[in-house]
Amino acid sequence: MSRPARLALFALAGPGLLAVLLVGFAGLPAFGDYHGVYGLVVDGVELGERHATDMVTALNFDLRAFDTLGEEYLLFASVVGVVVLLRALRDEREEDTEHDTGASSQHVFEGASDALRASSLVLVPMLIALGVYLVIHGALTPGGGFQGGVVLAAGPIALLVAGRYLAMKRFAPQWALEALEALGAGGYALLGVGGLVFAGDYLKNFLPLGIPGHLLSAGLMPLNSIAVGLEVTGAFLLVWSEFLDQALLVRRAAES
Amino acid sequence: MSFAPFAVAAWLFVVGLWGVVSSANLVRTVLCLTVVQSSTYLILLGVGYRSAGRAPIVADIPVVSRLVDPTVQVLVLTDIVIEATVTALLLALVVQGHKRFGSVDPADFTTLKD
Repeated sequence: MSRPARLALFALAGPGLLAVLLVGFAGLPAFGDYHGVYGLVVDGVELGERHATDMVTALNFDLRAFDTLGEEYLLFASVVGVVVLLRALRDEREEDTEHDTGASSQHVFEGASDALRASSLVLVPMLIALGVYLVIHGALTPGGGFQGGVVLAAGPIALLVAGRYLAMKRFAPQWALEALEALGAGGYALLGVGGLVFAGDYLKNFLPLGIPGHLLSAGLMPLNSIAVGLEVTGAFLLVWSEFLDQALLVRRAAES
Repeated sequence: MSFAPFAVAAWLFVVGLWGVVSSANLVRTVLCLTVVQSSTYLILLGVGYRSAGRAPIVADIPVVSRLVDPTVQVLVLTDIVIEATVTALLLALVVQGHKRFGSVDPADFTTLKD
């Protein structure tokens, strides 16, 4: 459909859609007037049943763990799609980063001042420590596998900002990222099998629940959180590496 | 005041959709899709809010305090991470399209017609 036709159709339909949405939303309970029951039940019951002080993570990795399995594999499938789409095509050749000492070893982030490079280098261990903290303390304080995984993935990216793309590739090589992601995705599914074997239901919490507020509490939740954290870290770093490879390393055979 | 979050969500939805329909650059289309997804987060979080409720973390407040609904927060937090990777997938498609056709204008993607 041509662009003017698209715009004309939207000019007709858009205000109608907005009106329908506003009228529909006006039928919702007023903001702040919560009518649901499930949230109230979880708030009251969860601490006694699962000994986790963070209810969001308890829902994510225990009470609704099967949904998280689906979401995790959504992520996995998207990353597989990105890797397949951005593979080196038949008429392209990816620069060999191991032996080529020419221009590719000079992939320095131009325009980065020395202050940026120094502070990024300091950020790398801090980001990794913060990411690990968020992942492990998912069941106790706001955090969990998804949030901590993204912070963990930002660590090696700080290496890129610090100036050397190839240093980042050596710190986080492709095979390690793929292994990390597969370990996370498969690990979560296998932890569920543990629930099946020891407690009778897939993904049911079967480890000792411990004292609420302590690190080793809430049974299976820290392990699930670690599995998801590994997967999200691997997924994000893999996606970013693929895009950076496209921009910095992949060349057409005709040009080389 | 109590209707404002839902009104903002409806507005974001329509404005994002307008951006998707009217953009001449595929990268901008993908980012406008992100705006549409943000409107769904607003709706979910708005539905789950209890007035004078606190965050559903009971590490430091008594268990019987008034807490907001944690279920919608779970949906939104996983959704944000998924959205980032789906956006990456769409951008990978844009990159390959650019390599094939030499531009990111959807009007230039003409193979199917001729």
